[in-house]
Amino acid sequence: MAHAMTAAEKILAAHAGRKQVVPGETVWARVDWCLANDITAPLAIEQMRAMGCDRVFDPARVILVPDHFVPAKDIASAAQARVMREFAREQGIVHYYEVGRMGIEHALLPELGILRPGDLLVGADSHTCTCGALGVFATGVGSTDLACAMALGELWFRVPATVRVEFRGRLPGWVGGKDLALFLISQLGTEGANYLALEFTGEAIAQLPLDGRLTLSNMAVEAGAKAGLVPVGPWQSDEEAPVAARYTWEVSHLEPQVACPYSPAQVVPVREVAGTPVDQVVIGSCTNGRLSDLAVAARILAGRKVHPQVRLIVIPATQDVYRRALEAGFIATFLEAGAAVSTPTCGPCLGGYMGVLAEGEVCLATTNRNFRGRMGHPESRVYLAGPAVAAATAVAGCIAHPEEVIGGGPHRG
Amino acid sequence: MARIAGRAWKFGDDVDTDVIIPARYLYTHDPGVLAAHCLEVADPRFPAGVRPGDVVVAGRNFGCGSSREHAPRALQACGVAAVVAASFARIFFRNAVNLGLLLVESPEAVERVQPGEYIEIDGEKGLLRLSSGETIPVRFPEGAAAEVQQAGGLVEYVRSRLAARAVPAPGAGAEGTIQGE
Repeated sequence: MAHAMTAAEKILAAHAGRKQVVPGETVWARVDWCLANDITAPLAIEQMRAMGCDRVFDPARVILVPDHFVPAKDIASAAQARVMREFAREQGIVHYYEVGRMGIEHALLPELGILRPGDLLVGADSHTCTCGALGVFATGVGSTDLACAMALGELWFRVPATVRVEFRGRLPGWVGGKDLALFLISQLGTEGANYLALEFTGEAIAQLPLDGRLTLSNMAVEAGAKAGLVPVGPWQSDEEAPVAARYTWEVSHLEPQVACPYSPAQVVPVREVAGTPVDQVVIGSCTNGRLSDLAVAARILAGRKVHPQVRLIVIPATQDVYRRALEAGFIATFLEAGAAVSTPTCGPCLGGYMGVLAEGEVCLATTNRNFRGRMGHPESRVYLAGPAVAAATAVAGCIAHPEEVIGGGPHRG
Repeated sequence: MARIAGRAWKFGDDVDTDVIIPARYLYTHDPGVLAAHCLEVADPRFPAGVRPGDVVVAGRNFGCGSSREHAPRALQACGVAAVVAASFARIFFRNAVNLGLLLVESPEAVERVQPGEYIEIDGEKGLLRLSSGETIPVRFPEGAAAEVQQAGGLVEYVRSRLAARAVPAPGAGAEGTIQGE
Protein backbone atom coordinates (compact mmCIF):
# COMPACT_ATOMS: atom_id res chain seq x y z
CA MET A 1 0.00 0.00 0.00
CA ALA A 2 1.24 3.44 -0.89
CA HIS A 3 2.47 5.63 1.93
CA ALA A 4 0.06 8.46 2.71
CA MET A 5 1.45 11.82 1.62
CA THR A 6 0.47 15.46 1.71
CA ALA A 7 -0.02 17.46 -1.49
CA ALA A 8 3.40 19.08 -1.05
CA GLU A 9 5.08 15.68 -0.59
CA LYS A 10 3.31 14.24 -3.65
CA ILE A 11 4.49 17.09 -5.86
CA LEU A 12 8.09 16.89 -4.64
CA ALA A 13 8.12 13.07 -4.95
CA ALA A 14 6.87 13.28 -8.51
CA HIS A 15 9.62 15.74 -9.41
CA ALA A 16 12.31 13.75 -7.63
CA GLY A 17 11.38 10.59 -9.51
CA ARG A 18 10.39 8.91 -6.27
CA LYS A 19 7.34 6.92 -5.11
CA GLN A 20 7.42 8.75 -1.82
CA VAL A 21 9.29 11.35 0.13
CA VAL A 22 9.32 12.03 3.87
CA PRO A 23 9.52 15.42 5.61
CA GLY A 24 13.09 16.26 6.56
CA GLU A 25 14.83 14.38 3.79
CA THR A 26 16.70 16.15 1.04
CA VAL A 27 15.89 15.49 -2.59
CA TRP A 28 17.10 16.81 -5.89
CA ALA A 29 13.98 17.62 -7.86
CA ARG A 30 13.30 18.60 -11.45
CA VAL A 31 11.84 22.11 -11.66
CA ASP A 32 9.12 22.99 -14.17
CA TRP A 33 9.57 26.74 -13.98
CA CYS A 34 12.27 29.25 -13.00
CA LEU A 35 11.23 32.83 -12.27
CA ALA A 36 13.29 35.98 -11.73
CA ASN A 37 12.88 39.76 -11.83
CA ASP A 38 15.00 42.81 -12.64
CA ILE A 39 16.66 42.79 -9.19
CA THR A 40 17.35 39.08 -8.78
CA ALA A 41 17.96 38.01 -12.39
CA PRO A 42 21.20 39.95 -12.97
CA LEU A 43 22.80 38.17 -10.00
CA ALA A 44 21.43 34.81 -11.10
CA ILE A 45 22.78 35.33 -14.61
CA GLU A 46 26.20 36.21 -13.23
CA GLN A 47 26.15 33.11 -11.01
CA MET A 48 24.98 30.82 -13.81
CA ARG A 49 27.92 31.95 -15.92
CA ALA A 50 30.27 31.46 -12.98
CA MET A 51 29.00 27.88 -12.80
CA GLY A 52 30.41 27.39 -16.26
CA CYS A 53 26.99 27.25 -17.90
CA ASP A 54 26.12 29.41 -20.89
CA ARG A 55 22.67 28.04 -21.82
CA VAL A 56 19.58 27.74 -19.61
CA PHE A 57 18.24 24.17 -19.37
CA ASP A 58 15.09 25.11 -21.31
CA PRO A 59 14.32 28.62 -22.65
CA ALA A 60 10.58 27.83 -22.54
CA ARG A 61 10.74 27.11 -18.80
CA VAL A 62 12.43 30.29 -17.61
CA ILE A 63 10.16 33.27 -16.87
CA LEU A 64 11.77 36.71 -16.63
CA VAL A 65 9.68 39.69 -15.59
CA PRO A 66 11.00 43.20 -15.02
CA ASP A 67 8.70 44.60 -12.33
CA HIS A 68 10.57 45.94 -9.31
CA PHE A 69 12.29 49.11 -10.53
CA VAL A 70 10.69 49.48 -13.97
CA PRO A 71 9.84 51.54 -15.90
CA ALA A 72 13.41 52.25 -14.86
CA LYS A 73 13.57 54.61 -11.88
CA ASP A 74 17.19 55.61 -12.42
CA ILE A 75 20.23 54.85 -14.54
CA ALA A 76 21.50 51.97 -12.41
CA SER A 77 18.09 50.31 -12.43
CA ALA A 78 17.90 50.75 -16.19
CA ALA A 79 21.24 48.96 -16.48
CA GLN A 80 20.00 46.07 -14.32
CA ALA A 81 16.85 45.72 -16.41
CA ARG A 82 18.99 45.74 -19.54
CA VAL A 83 21.12 42.85 -18.24
CA MET A 84 17.98 40.74 -17.95
CA ARG A 85 16.54 41.91 -21.28
CA GLU A 86 19.74 41.12 -23.18
CA PHE A 87 20.00 37.73 -21.49
CA ALA A 88 16.39 36.97 -22.49
CA ARG A 89 17.18 37.78 -26.12
CA GLU A 90 20.44 35.88 -26.13
CA GLN A 91 18.89 32.77 -24.59
CA GLY A 92 15.64 32.92 -26.57
CA ILE A 93 13.59 33.10 -23.35
CA VAL A 94 9.95 32.54 -24.36
CA HIS A 95 8.36 34.09 -21.28
CA TYR A 96 9.95 37.53 -21.06
CA TYR A 97 7.46 40.36 -20.56
CA GLU A 98 8.48 43.90 -21.36
CA VAL A 99 7.19 47.14 -19.84
CA GLY A 100 3.77 47.79 -21.36
CA ARG A 101 3.05 44.07 -21.64
CA MET A 102 4.08 42.97 -18.18
CA GLY A 103 2.72 42.81 -14.70
CA ILE A 104 4.00 42.18 -11.20
CA GLU A 105 5.40 38.67 -11.63
CA HIS A 106 3.16 36.88 -9.13
CA ALA A 107 0.04 38.52 -10.54
CA LEU A 108 1.15 37.96 -14.12
CA LEU A 109 1.92 34.23 -13.79
CA PRO A 110 -1.63 33.09 -13.05
CA GLU A 111 -2.89 35.18 -15.99
CA LEU A 112 -0.52 33.49 -18.43
CA GLY A 113 -2.27 30.15 -17.96
CA ILE A 114 0.95 28.17 -18.30
CA LEU A 115 1.21 26.80 -14.75
CA ARG A 116 -0.56 23.53 -13.97
CA PRO A 117 -1.55 22.03 -10.63
CA GLY A 118 1.24 19.78 -9.45
CA ASP A 119 3.97 21.88 -11.12
CA LEU A 120 7.15 22.84 -9.28
CA LEU A 121 8.06 26.53 -9.56
CA VAL A 122 11.11 28.20 -8.04
CA GLY A 123 11.41 31.96 -8.14
CA ALA A 124 14.09 34.37 -7.05
CA ASP A 125 11.52 36.37 -5.13
CA SER A 126 10.10 35.45 -1.75
CA HIS A 127 6.49 35.95 -2.89
CA THR A 128 6.81 33.16 -5.43
CA CYS A 129 4.62 31.23 -2.97
CA THR A 130 1.64 33.15 -4.44
CA CYS A 131 1.06 30.48 -7.09
CA GLY A 132 0.47 27.91 -4.37
CA ALA A 133 -3.14 29.02 -4.80
CA LEU A 134 -3.09 27.27 -8.19
CA GLY A 135 -2.02 23.96 -6.64
CA VAL A 136 1.58 24.61 -7.72
CA PHE A 137 4.44 23.90 -5.32
CA ALA A 138 5.84 27.41 -5.66
CA THR A 139 8.70 28.59 -3.49
CA GLY A 140 11.05 31.52 -3.19
CA VAL A 141 14.81 31.07 -3.44
CA GLY A 142 17.86 33.28 -3.86
CA SER A 143 19.67 34.18 -7.06
CA THR A 144 22.35 31.48 -6.75
CA ASP A 145 19.69 28.80 -6.22
CA LEU A 146 17.92 30.12 -9.29
CA ALA A 147 21.16 30.02 -11.25
CA CYS A 148 21.48 26.33 -10.32
CA ALA A 149 17.88 25.67 -11.41
CA MET A 150 18.40 27.54 -14.71
CA ALA A 151 21.61 25.62 -15.36
CA LEU A 152 20.56 22.10 -14.35
CA GLY A 153 16.75 22.19 -14.45
CA GLU A 154 17.05 20.79 -10.92
CA LEU A 155 17.49 22.06 -7.38
CA TRP A 156 17.82 20.52 -3.93
CA PHE A 157 14.92 20.70 -1.53
CA ARG A 158 14.37 19.66 2.00
CA VAL A 159 10.91 18.11 2.02
CA PRO A 160 8.78 20.31 4.30
CA ALA A 161 6.29 18.96 6.78
CA THR A 162 2.80 20.31 6.16
CA VAL A 163 0.60 22.43 8.40
CA ARG A 164 -3.10 22.11 7.51
CA VAL A 165 -5.11 25.25 8.07
CA GLU A 166 -8.89 25.02 7.89
CA PHE A 167 -10.97 28.19 7.68
CA ARG A 168 -14.57 27.38 8.60
CA GLY A 169 -17.63 29.44 7.81
CA ARG A 170 -18.36 32.18 5.29
CA LEU A 171 -16.46 35.45 5.27
CA PRO A 172 -18.50 38.52 6.19
CA GLY A 173 -18.70 41.62 3.98
CA TRP A 174 -15.55 43.72 3.46
CA VAL A 175 -13.43 40.76 4.57
CA GLY A 176 -11.27 38.89 2.06
CA GLY A 177 -8.09 36.96 1.44
CA LYS A 178 -5.90 39.67 2.96
CA ASP A 179 -7.78 39.57 6.23
CA LEU A 180 -7.40 35.78 6.36
CA ALA A 181 -3.68 36.16 5.62
CA LEU A 182 -3.10 38.78 8.33
CA PHE A 183 -5.18 36.84 10.84
CA LEU A 184 -3.19 33.67 10.06
CA ILE A 185 0.18 35.41 10.45
CA SER A 186 -0.93 36.94 13.74
CA GLN A 187 -1.74 33.44 14.98
CA LEU A 188 1.37 31.66 13.69
CA GLY A 189 3.88 34.49 14.12
CA THR A 190 6.53 35.50 11.60
CA GLU A 191 8.45 32.27 12.19
CA GLY A 192 5.57 29.91 12.90
CA ALA A 193 5.69 28.17 9.53
CA ASN A 194 9.46 28.36 8.93
CA TYR A 195 10.60 25.40 6.78
CA LEU A 196 6.97 24.22 6.56
CA ALA A 197 4.35 24.03 3.83
CA LEU A 198 1.00 25.60 4.68
CA GLU A 199 -2.08 24.01 3.18
CA PHE A 200 -5.37 25.91 3.12
CA THR A 201 -8.76 24.16 3.27
CA GLY A 202 -12.28 24.72 4.50
CA GLU A 203 -15.50 26.35 3.45
CA ALA A 204 -14.10 29.89 3.52
CA ILE A 205 -11.38 28.83 1.07
CA ALA A 206 -13.87 27.01 -1.17
CA GLN A 207 -15.98 30.20 -1.25
CA LEU A 208 -13.03 32.52 -1.73
CA PRO A 209 -12.53 33.65 -5.35
CA LEU A 210 -9.15 32.81 -6.91
CA ASP A 211 -7.91 36.39 -6.42
CA GLY A 212 -8.42 36.06 -2.68
CA ARG A 213 -6.69 32.69 -2.57
CA LEU A 214 -3.71 34.16 -4.38
CA THR A 215 -3.58 36.90 -1.73
CA LEU A 216 -3.61 34.33 1.06
CA SER A 217 -0.93 32.13 -0.52
CA ASN A 218 1.11 35.26 -1.30
CA MET A 219 1.58 36.03 2.38
CA ALA A 220 2.44 32.48 3.47
CA VAL A 221 6.09 33.55 3.44
CA GLU A 222 5.32 36.23 6.05
CA ALA A 223 4.84 33.32 8.49
CA GLY A 224 8.10 31.85 7.19
CA ALA A 225 6.41 29.18 5.06
CA LYS A 226 8.14 27.52 2.15
CA ALA A 227 4.83 27.14 0.31
CA GLY A 228 1.18 28.10 0.75
CA LEU A 229 -0.85 25.51 -1.08
CA VAL A 230 -4.48 25.28 -2.02
CA PRO A 231 -4.51 21.72 -3.37
CA VAL A 232 -6.08 21.41 -6.82
CA GLY A 233 -7.21 18.40 -8.88
CA PRO A 234 -5.43 15.11 -8.21
CA TRP A 235 -2.81 16.77 -6.02
CA GLN A 236 -4.70 16.44 -2.74
CA SER A 237 -3.31 15.45 0.64
CA ASP A 238 -4.23 11.95 1.77
CA GLU A 239 -6.47 12.26 4.82
CA GLU A 240 -4.20 9.97 6.84
CA ALA A 241 -0.98 11.73 5.81
CA PRO A 242 0.97 12.86 8.90
CA VAL A 243 1.11 16.62 9.33
CA ALA A 244 3.14 18.86 11.62
CA ALA A 245 0.04 20.62 12.92
CA ARG A 246 -3.63 21.28 12.20
CA TYR A 247 -5.38 24.54 12.88
CA THR A 248 -9.07 25.24 12.53
CA TRP A 249 -10.49 28.73 12.71
CA GLU A 250 -14.08 29.87 12.41
CA VAL A 251 -13.99 33.08 10.37
CA SER A 252 -17.69 33.97 9.91
CA HIS A 253 -17.25 36.92 12.25
CA LEU A 254 -13.73 37.97 11.28
CA GLU A 255 -13.34 41.75 11.25
CA PRO A 256 -11.14 43.49 8.68
CA GLN A 257 -7.57 43.08 9.94
CA VAL A 258 -4.71 45.60 10.07
CA ALA A 259 -1.01 44.84 10.63
CA CYS A 260 0.76 47.58 12.58
CA PRO A 261 4.40 48.69 12.30
CA TYR A 262 6.83 47.02 12.12
CA SER A 263 5.65 43.45 11.68
CA PRO A 264 3.05 41.69 9.52
CA ALA A 265 2.26 39.63 12.64
CA GLN A 266 1.40 42.74 14.71
CA VAL A 267 -2.26 42.44 13.75
CA VAL A 268 -5.40 43.96 15.27
CA PRO A 269 -9.02 44.30 14.13
CA VAL A 270 -9.39 47.58 12.21
CA ARG A 271 -11.49 49.21 14.95
CA GLU A 272 -8.54 49.11 17.35
CA VAL A 273 -6.47 51.43 15.15
CA ALA A 274 -9.34 53.38 13.56
CA GLY A 275 -8.66 57.11 13.63
CA THR A 276 -4.89 56.83 13.08
CA PRO A 277 -4.08 59.64 10.57
CA VAL A 278 -2.26 58.63 7.40
CA ASP A 279 -0.32 60.58 4.76
CA GLN A 280 -0.51 58.01 2.00
CA VAL A 281 -2.54 54.99 0.91
CA VAL A 282 -1.25 52.44 -1.60
CA ILE A 283 -3.58 49.98 -3.32
CA GLY A 284 -1.71 47.45 -5.44
CA SER A 285 1.20 44.95 -5.27
CA CYS A 286 1.43 41.20 -5.82
CA THR A 287 -0.74 40.86 -2.74
CA ASN A 288 -3.73 43.05 -3.63
CA GLY A 289 -3.39 44.56 -7.10
CA ARG A 290 -5.79 42.24 -8.92
CA LEU A 291 -9.10 43.20 -10.52
CA SER A 292 -11.30 42.16 -7.59
CA ASP A 293 -9.12 44.28 -5.27
CA LEU A 294 -9.62 47.32 -7.50
CA ALA A 295 -13.36 46.52 -7.71
CA VAL A 296 -13.66 46.64 -3.91
CA ALA A 297 -11.73 49.92 -3.78
CA ALA A 298 -13.82 51.44 -6.58
CA ARG A 299 -17.04 50.52 -4.79
CA ILE A 300 -15.97 52.59 -1.79
CA LEU A 301 -14.39 55.44 -3.75
CA ALA A 302 -17.30 55.89 -6.20
CA GLY A 303 -18.78 59.36 -5.68
CA ARG A 304 -16.31 60.14 -2.89
CA LYS A 305 -13.06 62.09 -2.71
CA VAL A 306 -9.66 61.20 -1.33
CA HIS A 307 -9.10 63.18 1.87
CA PRO A 308 -7.26 66.47 1.13
CA GLN A 309 -4.29 65.48 3.31
CA VAL A 310 -3.88 62.03 1.79
CA ARG A 311 -2.16 60.79 -1.36
CA LEU A 312 -3.84 57.71 -2.81
CA ILE A 313 -1.72 55.67 -5.22
CA VAL A 314 -3.44 52.88 -7.13
CA ILE A 315 -1.31 50.39 -9.03
CA PRO A 316 -3.04 47.73 -11.12
CA ALA A 317 -0.81 44.66 -10.83
CA THR A 318 -0.76 43.79 -14.53
CA GLN A 319 -1.53 45.35 -17.89
CA ASP A 320 -4.56 43.08 -18.18
CA VAL A 321 -5.87 44.17 -14.78
CA TYR A 322 -5.31 47.79 -15.86
CA ARG A 323 -7.22 47.28 -19.11
CA ARG A 324 -10.11 45.52 -17.46
CA ALA A 325 -10.26 48.11 -14.66
CA LEU A 326 -10.43 50.78 -17.36
CA GLU A 327 -13.27 49.00 -19.14
CA ALA A 328 -15.15 48.51 -15.87
CA GLY A 329 -14.90 52.23 -15.08
CA PHE A 330 -12.74 51.72 -11.98
CA ILE A 331 -9.89 53.85 -13.29
CA ALA A 332 -12.27 56.75 -13.95
CA THR A 333 -13.59 56.35 -10.40
CA PHE A 334 -10.06 56.53 -9.00
CA LEU A 335 -9.19 59.60 -11.04
CA GLU A 336 -12.39 61.38 -10.10
CA ALA A 337 -11.70 60.59 -6.44
CA GLY A 338 -8.29 62.25 -6.75
CA ALA A 339 -6.02 59.22 -6.87
CA ALA A 340 -2.80 58.73 -8.81
CA VAL A 341 -2.93 55.65 -11.04
CA SER A 342 0.35 54.02 -12.06
CA THR A 343 1.54 51.50 -14.60
CA PRO A 344 2.18 48.06 -12.99
CA THR A 345 5.25 48.03 -10.72
CA CYS A 346 6.36 46.73 -7.30
CA GLY A 347 7.65 50.32 -6.76
CA PRO A 348 6.43 51.57 -3.37
CA CYS A 349 5.99 48.18 -1.69
CA LEU A 350 9.74 47.81 -1.22
CA GLY A 351 10.52 51.52 -1.03
CA GLY A 352 11.81 51.55 -4.58
CA TYR A 353 9.93 54.47 -6.09
CA MET A 354 6.38 55.65 -6.93
CA GLY A 355 5.49 56.46 -3.34
CA VAL A 356 8.57 56.37 -1.08
CA LEU A 357 7.87 57.77 2.40
CA ALA A 358 9.62 60.68 4.14
CA GLU A 359 10.70 60.64 7.78
CA GLY A 360 7.72 60.35 10.09
CA GLU A 361 5.17 59.70 7.35
CA VAL A 362 2.46 57.10 7.76
CA CYS A 363 1.08 54.90 5.01
CA LEU A 364 -1.65 52.30 4.92
CA ALA A 365 -0.96 49.85 2.11
CA THR A 366 -2.41 46.68 0.66
CA THR A 367 1.16 45.40 0.30
CA ASN A 368 2.74 42.55 2.26
CA ARG A 369 5.52 43.90 4.49
CA ASN A 370 5.77 46.73 6.98
CA PHE A 371 9.30 46.18 8.27
CA ARG A 372 11.20 49.22 9.47
CA GLY A 373 12.21 51.31 6.46
CA ARG A 374 10.47 48.99 4.01
CA MET A 375 8.68 51.81 2.15
CA GLY A 376 11.22 54.53 2.69
CA HIS A 377 12.68 56.38 5.67
CA PRO A 378 13.44 54.17 8.69
CA GLU A 379 11.21 56.45 10.76
CA SER A 380 8.22 56.12 8.44
CA ARG A 381 5.44 53.71 9.37
CA VAL A 382 3.39 51.30 7.28
CA TYR A 383 0.09 49.64 8.19
CA LEU A 384 -1.08 46.68 6.11
CA ALA A 385 -4.70 45.95 5.23
CA GLY A 386 -7.00 44.80 2.45
CA PRO A 387 -8.35 47.03 -0.32
CA ALA A 388 -11.63 47.83 1.47
CA VAL A 389 -9.90 49.29 4.53
CA ALA A 390 -7.37 51.01 2.26
CA ALA A 391 -10.04 52.77 0.18
CA ALA A 392 -12.00 53.73 3.29
CA THR A 393 -8.84 55.09 4.89
CA ALA A 394 -8.04 57.18 1.81
CA VAL A 395 -11.47 58.83 2.06
CA ALA A 396 -11.49 59.27 5.84
CA GLY A 397 -7.87 60.46 6.06
CA CYS A 398 -7.36 58.10 8.95
CA ILE A 399 -7.58 54.34 9.32
CA ALA A 400 -11.26 53.48 8.97
CA HIS A 401 -13.63 50.55 8.74
CA PRO A 402 -15.32 50.54 5.32
CA GLU A 403 -18.74 50.68 6.96
CA GLU A 404 -17.85 53.96 8.65
CA VAL A 405 -17.14 55.56 5.29
CA ILE A 406 -20.06 54.03 3.45
CA GLY A 407 -22.29 55.13 6.30
CA GLY A 408 -20.70 58.60 6.47
CA GLY A 409 -19.05 57.95 9.85
CA PRO A 410 -15.94 59.44 11.48
CA HIS A 411 -13.79 61.63 9.32
CA ARG A 412 -10.46 63.30 9.98
CA GLY A 413 -10.89 67.05 10.25
CA MET B 1 35.94 24.22 8.80
CA ALA B 2 37.48 27.55 9.48
CA ARG B 3 38.33 28.95 12.89
CA ILE B 4 36.76 32.33 13.42
CA ALA B 5 37.62 34.98 15.97
CA GLY B 6 36.10 38.43 16.17
CA ARG B 7 33.92 40.89 18.00
CA ALA B 8 30.21 40.26 18.39
CA TRP B 9 27.61 42.71 17.06
CA LYS B 10 24.31 41.93 18.77
CA PHE B 11 20.84 42.31 17.30
CA GLY B 12 17.35 41.17 18.31
CA ASP B 13 14.74 38.83 16.84
CA ASP B 14 13.30 39.02 13.31
CA VAL B 15 16.18 40.95 11.71
CA ASP B 16 14.68 41.06 8.21
CA THR B 17 16.49 41.39 4.90
CA ASP B 18 15.13 44.92 4.41
CA VAL B 19 16.99 45.87 7.57
CA ILE B 20 20.14 43.98 6.52
CA ILE B 21 20.16 45.83 3.19
CA PRO B 22 17.24 48.15 2.26
CA ALA B 23 15.76 47.73 -1.23
CA ARG B 24 16.71 51.27 -2.17
CA TYR B 25 20.28 50.02 -2.58
CA LEU B 26 19.34 47.04 -4.76
CA TYR B 27 20.05 48.93 -7.96
CA THR B 28 23.41 47.20 -7.73
CA HIS B 29 25.17 44.26 -6.11
CA ASP B 30 28.47 46.12 -5.91
CA PRO B 31 30.08 44.95 -2.62
CA GLY B 32 31.16 48.49 -1.71
CA VAL B 33 27.61 49.86 -1.89
CA LEU B 34 26.13 46.89 -0.02
CA ALA B 35 28.77 47.11 2.72
CA ALA B 36 28.23 50.85 3.16
CA HIS B 37 24.58 50.32 4.13
CA CYS B 38 24.54 46.88 5.72
CA LEU B 39 22.41 46.82 8.90
CA GLU B 40 22.46 50.62 9.11
CA VAL B 41 18.73 50.65 9.90
CA ALA B 42 19.26 48.45 12.96
CA ASP B 43 22.53 50.03 14.11
CA PRO B 44 23.84 53.13 12.32
CA ARG B 45 27.34 52.48 13.73
CA PHE B 46 27.60 49.08 12.10
CA PRO B 47 28.75 49.81 8.52
CA ALA B 48 31.64 52.03 9.63
CA GLY B 49 32.47 50.10 12.79
CA VAL B 50 32.44 46.50 11.62
CA ARG B 51 35.85 44.93 11.04
CA PRO B 52 36.79 41.86 8.99
CA GLY B 53 36.33 38.74 11.10
CA ASP B 54 33.54 40.20 13.26
CA VAL B 55 30.50 38.10 14.01
CA VAL B 56 26.82 39.08 13.87
CA VAL B 57 24.87 37.61 16.79
CA ALA B 58 21.08 37.81 16.61
CA GLY B 59 17.88 36.27 17.94
CA ARG B 60 15.22 34.21 16.23
CA ASN B 61 14.25 34.23 12.55
CA PHE B 62 17.34 36.06 11.30
CA GLY B 63 17.03 37.02 7.62
CA CYS B 64 13.25 36.80 7.32
CA GLY B 65 11.42 38.55 4.50
CA SER B 66 12.69 39.13 1.00
CA SER B 67 14.70 36.50 -0.90
CA ARG B 68 17.35 39.07 -1.80
CA GLU B 69 20.74 37.42 -1.90
CA HIS B 70 22.12 40.90 -1.45
CA ALA B 71 21.61 40.37 2.31
CA PRO B 72 24.25 37.66 2.89
CA ARG B 73 26.40 39.38 0.25
CA ALA B 74 26.24 42.64 2.20
CA LEU B 75 27.35 40.85 5.38
CA GLN B 76 30.21 39.21 3.48
CA ALA B 77 31.14 42.53 1.91
CA CYS B 78 31.51 43.96 5.43
CA GLY B 79 33.88 41.15 6.32
CA VAL B 80 31.40 39.44 8.65
CA ALA B 81 32.85 35.97 9.22
CA ALA B 82 29.78 34.25 10.62
CA VAL B 83 26.24 34.82 11.82
CA VAL B 84 25.23 33.24 15.12
CA ALA B 85 21.46 33.22 15.62
CA ALA B 86 18.79 31.48 17.65
CA SER B 87 17.25 30.47 14.32
CA PHE B 88 17.38 31.43 10.64
CA ALA B 89 14.64 32.16 8.13
CA ARG B 90 14.52 29.61 5.33
CA ILE B 91 15.58 31.55 2.23
CA PHE B 92 18.34 33.45 4.02
CA PHE B 93 19.69 30.12 5.26
CA ARG B 94 19.87 28.74 1.72
CA ASN B 95 21.42 31.91 0.35
CA ALA B 96 24.11 32.04 3.02
CA VAL B 97 24.98 28.38 2.56
CA ASN B 98 25.11 28.83 -1.21
CA LEU B 99 27.49 31.78 -0.84
CA GLY B 100 29.68 30.15 1.80
CA LEU B 101 28.76 32.44 4.70
CA LEU B 102 29.09 30.47 7.95
CA LEU B 103 25.89 30.14 9.97
CA VAL B 104 25.77 28.96 13.56
CA GLU B 105 22.50 28.12 15.25
CA SER B 106 22.58 28.38 19.02
CA PRO B 107 19.93 30.05 21.20
CA GLU B 108 22.21 29.55 24.20
CA ALA B 109 25.18 31.31 22.63
CA VAL B 110 22.94 34.17 21.56
CA GLU B 111 21.77 34.60 25.11
CA ARG B 112 25.26 34.50 26.60
CA VAL B 113 27.30 36.60 24.17
CA GLN B 114 27.58 40.27 25.17
CA PRO B 115 27.67 43.12 22.64
CA GLY B 116 31.24 43.85 21.59
CA GLU B 117 32.53 40.66 23.22
CA TYR B 118 35.45 38.89 21.53
CA ILE B 119 34.34 35.37 20.64
CA GLU B 120 35.80 32.39 18.81
CA ILE B 121 34.04 29.77 16.74
CA ASP B 122 35.78 26.44 16.37
CA GLY B 123 34.31 24.61 13.41
CA GLU B 124 36.33 21.45 14.03
CA LYS B 125 35.09 20.97 17.58
CA GLY B 126 31.66 22.56 17.06
CA LEU B 127 32.26 25.06 19.84
CA LEU B 128 31.76 28.75 20.46
CA ARG B 129 34.21 30.18 22.98
CA LEU B 130 33.26 33.22 25.06
CA SER B 131 35.88 35.78 26.13
CA SER B 132 35.84 34.17 29.58
CA GLY B 133 37.17 31.01 27.97
CA GLU B 134 33.93 29.15 28.58
CA THR B 135 32.72 27.07 25.61
CA ILE B 136 29.23 26.41 24.27
CA PRO B 137 28.50 23.54 21.86
CA VAL B 138 26.92 24.87 18.65
CA ARG B 139 25.35 23.37 15.50
CA PHE B 140 26.43 23.95 11.94
CA PRO B 141 24.49 23.18 8.74
CA GLU B 142 24.37 19.45 8.02
CA GLY B 143 23.58 17.14 5.11
CA ALA B 144 23.21 18.67 1.65
CA ALA B 145 23.70 22.15 3.09
CA ALA B 146 27.05 21.06 4.55
CA GLU B 147 28.06 19.48 1.24
CA VAL B 148 27.32 22.68 -0.62
CA GLN B 149 29.20 24.67 1.99
CA GLN B 150 32.18 22.31 1.90
CA ALA B 151 32.30 22.55 -1.88
CA GLY B 152 32.88 26.27 -1.38
CA GLY B 153 29.31 27.26 -2.21
CA LEU B 154 26.68 26.34 -4.79
CA VAL B 155 28.58 27.86 -7.73
CA GLU B 156 31.54 25.54 -7.17
CA TYR B 157 29.20 22.65 -6.43
CA VAL B 158 27.27 23.01 -9.70
CA ARG B 159 30.46 23.73 -11.62
CA SER B 160 31.91 20.37 -10.55
CA ARG B 161 28.62 18.62 -11.18
CA LEU B 162 28.42 20.05 -14.70
CA ALA B 163 32.03 19.01 -15.27
CA ALA B 164 31.34 15.47 -14.10
CA ARG B 165 27.88 15.49 -15.76
CA ALA B 166 26.54 12.24 -14.34
CA VAL B 167 27.45 12.54 -10.68
CA PRO B 168 24.54 11.30 -8.53
CA ALA B 169 22.89 13.86 -6.35
CA PRO B 170 24.54 13.86 -2.92
CA GLY B 171 22.34 14.11 0.12
CA ALA B 172 19.37 12.58 -1.72
CA GLY B 173 17.73 9.95 0.42
CA ALA B 174 19.39 10.92 3.67
CA GLU B 175 16.57 11.46 6.10
CA GLY B 176 16.44 14.13 8.72
CA THR B 177 20.01 15.30 8.35
CA ILE B 178 19.49 18.80 7.09
CA GLN B 179 18.80 21.43 9.67
CA GLY B 180 18.00 24.28 7.41
CA GLU B 181 15.80 24.48 4.32
